[in-house]
Amino acid sequence: MRSMFKASVAALGLTAITAGGAIADGHGLSGDLKIFLDTSNPAPRATMEAMIADFGELHPNLNIETTVIDREAYKTQIRNFLTADAPDVATWYAANRMRPYVEAGLFEDVSDLWAEPEIATNLASTKGAMTIDNKQWGVPYTYYQWGVYYRKDIYEELGLTEPTDWAEFKSNCQAIVDSGRSCFTIGSKFLWTAGGWFDYLNVRTNGFDYHMDMAAGNVPWTDDGVKQTFANWRELIDMGAFVENHQNYSWQEALPFMVNGESAGYLMGNFAVAPLREAGLTDDQLDFYQFPSINPDVALAEDAPTDTFHIPSNAQNKEAAREFLRYVVSADVQTTINNGANLGQLPVNASASVDDDKFLNEGFEMLSTNSPGGVAQFFDRDFPAEMAAEAMQGFQEFMVFPDNLDDILARLEKVRERTNK
Amino acid sequence: MTSVPDTEIDRGGRGWYKRNEIAVTPWLFLAPAVFFFAVYVIIPIFQSINLSFYDWDGLGEATFVGFDNYIELADDGAFEVSLWNNLKWLVFYLLAIPAGLFIALFLNQTVAGIRLYKSLFFFPFVISQVVVGLVFSWFYLPNEGLLNGVLGLVGIDPINVLGDPTLATYGIIAAGLWPQTAYCMILYLTGLNAVDPEQVEAARLDGAKGWKMLWYVIVPQLKPATFIAFVVTIIGALRSFDLISIMTNGGPFGQTRVLSFYMFEKALSEYGFRMGYGAAIAVVLFLIMLVFIAYFLWSMWSEEKGR
Repeated sequence: MRSMFKASVAALGLTAITAGGAIADGHGLSGDLKIFLDTSNPAPRATMEAMIADFGELHPNLNIETTVIDREAYKTQIRNFLTADAPDVATWYAANRMRPYVEAGLFEDVSDLWAEPEIATNLASTKGAMTIDNKQWGVPYTYYQWGVYYRKDIYEELGLTEPTDWAEFKSNCQAIVDSGRSCFTIGSKFLWTAGGWFDYLNVRTNGFDYHMDMAAGNVPWTDDGVKQTFANWRELIDMGAFVENHQNYSWQEALPFMVNGESAGYLMGNFAVAPLREAGLTDDQLDFYQFPSINPDVALAEDAPTDTFHIPSNAQNKEAAREFLRYVVSADVQTTINNGANLGQLPVNASASVDDDKFLNEGFEMLSTNSPGGVAQFFDRDFPAEMAAEAMQGFQEFMVFPDNLDDILARLEKVRERTNK
Repeated sequence: MTSVPDTEIDRGGRGWYKRNEIAVTPWLFLAPAVFFFAVYVIIPIFQSINLSFYDWDGLGEATFVGFDNYIELADDGAFEVSLWNNLKWLVFYLLAIPAGLFIALFLNQTVAGIRLYKSLFFFPFVISQVVVGLVFSWFYLPNEGLLNGVLGLVGIDPINVLGDPTLATYGIIAAGLWPQTAYCMILYLTGLNAVDPEQVEAARLDGAKGWKMLWYVIVPQLKPATFIAFVVTIIGALRSFDLISIMTNGGPFGQTRVLSFYMFEKALSEYGFRMGYGAAIAVVLFLIMLVFIAYFLWSMWSEEKGR
């Protein structure tokens, strides 16, 4: 759980002395820097630790202490450590997900960093996601696209191509169902996967602005627009598009259906690519397409969840923490940590280069040129926590018992009215 | 420390402690336990009750809302579901007591290797609840699970126990019964050692056997074991949490939640920012427990008095 860099820092300190202190020149950061990370999966963890070690090399007088906390446990622990024993830097998520901590005054305002030209020009695209009350509360370090990952070989076998509109999306699906497979695998045990489907169906049916207005609590769940979203969703459910018994599986447990060819696709974030490749799917079998347009009158918009670094208000060494944030978002570091061998995601710095990976290139292309409507974070990051929890549970129920829809929507509307107070 | 005999010469009038030794010493011994029990149990109870009258996200300022949390609870469908599930747990979890008794009776014999059989039966209680939950969720898997394999052999259509909102709670209770039965079994095995062979002998001479022997001669002698088994099973039912968290995570769509799990979700989980509401749920759970606690205390007290 805990990795100390004291030893390596001490060793580097020695080399710095022998090198005549050239490295330490001009920085002069000293003291302790406590970093809390939620990147507990093996690859991200190694990436982060390597990046921090490199940062330590630049600042030999800085004693860096890194703590890696399990990603799920982190979500509940953050409340305790921000108030009680705050680190100097902590990972978290953008948009509404950081709002409770911003409003409680637990995150440091880092608008000064965003005013620096280096960051202001290169990180402009994610500024909105980091802004609450016209101030910025952290910096992003990675983001990734969502979309449909599909089995190209199955599509070819059935003579299908990537759908470009809703009608083709459905006719493709019908053909896949007729071949005895399900169109999409999904594991809704932990609910958020269903939130992804709602995001895309709602954004494609009613548009990005409507969706964000809903997230802000201004649209009732019983609105006709919402009902249309669910009607579209229901078409897929009635068709048998989704894998059965999805309420029993986590998103990882739903992967084998796609690997075994029982399901032809998966609406997921780019992090699904790594386990699918590990399970033996080659790039000839696996491909990606953007969720097609449903309502031609609304502009395409995408989900691209952003992971972030923040400085807690109670941090001890804010100067070093700011320097660390600058380091993380710099173009070179962004290029390195997001490449295929490391995080395998998209760099947030416009001057950084995207690793030469099929899916990263497609995702980058899609987000930079074909998402005119806007970029959302993700259902549970855009909607307030309580609303998101209730709603995602409702989505799961809807996917199993579509007839309960009116009841579900009435329930969600009640929650919206209360959380909006 | 206070029981060390006083070796000094008694110089006239005895000290205050000496005079009150008999009355004070028990309290001195009790003091550490009383202190920690108060700090970690009694005071938090009142803090929870107090908190349940506030609206607080755990971070910012708490605002007093009176009985609003309770009024909302009364109208909360998810709370109602949790309450009913708690009741199901209380009723069906008690099956562990007769099941444990019968396994204990079955194992209470001298055959070669009986110790091995006993330990095998006791094994599920030793392994972690998390492991029990995982094993059972694999057992219940809709396609690959052992349960549906067996059902398929006798020609029954596969059922998705944990994915079906009406069956899922019973599925989890069944998983919980596995270790709990083992626990009750071990309690009864020790109880059976204390059964008076002369009474059994006498009953035999009077012609008692089978069920009558069990019901009128053996079971009454097992009363202390039954009482403990009842206490631990009720407590186990009310604190069921880990199995639910592992097997269904409260789902499908919240149909397997119990009060403790719902409280956790509302107050402490990933999306939980309602400390006051969570505290109100905890207070309701506490009141339910209070009924049982009062009964346990009363029955222990009357037993003490009867001696």
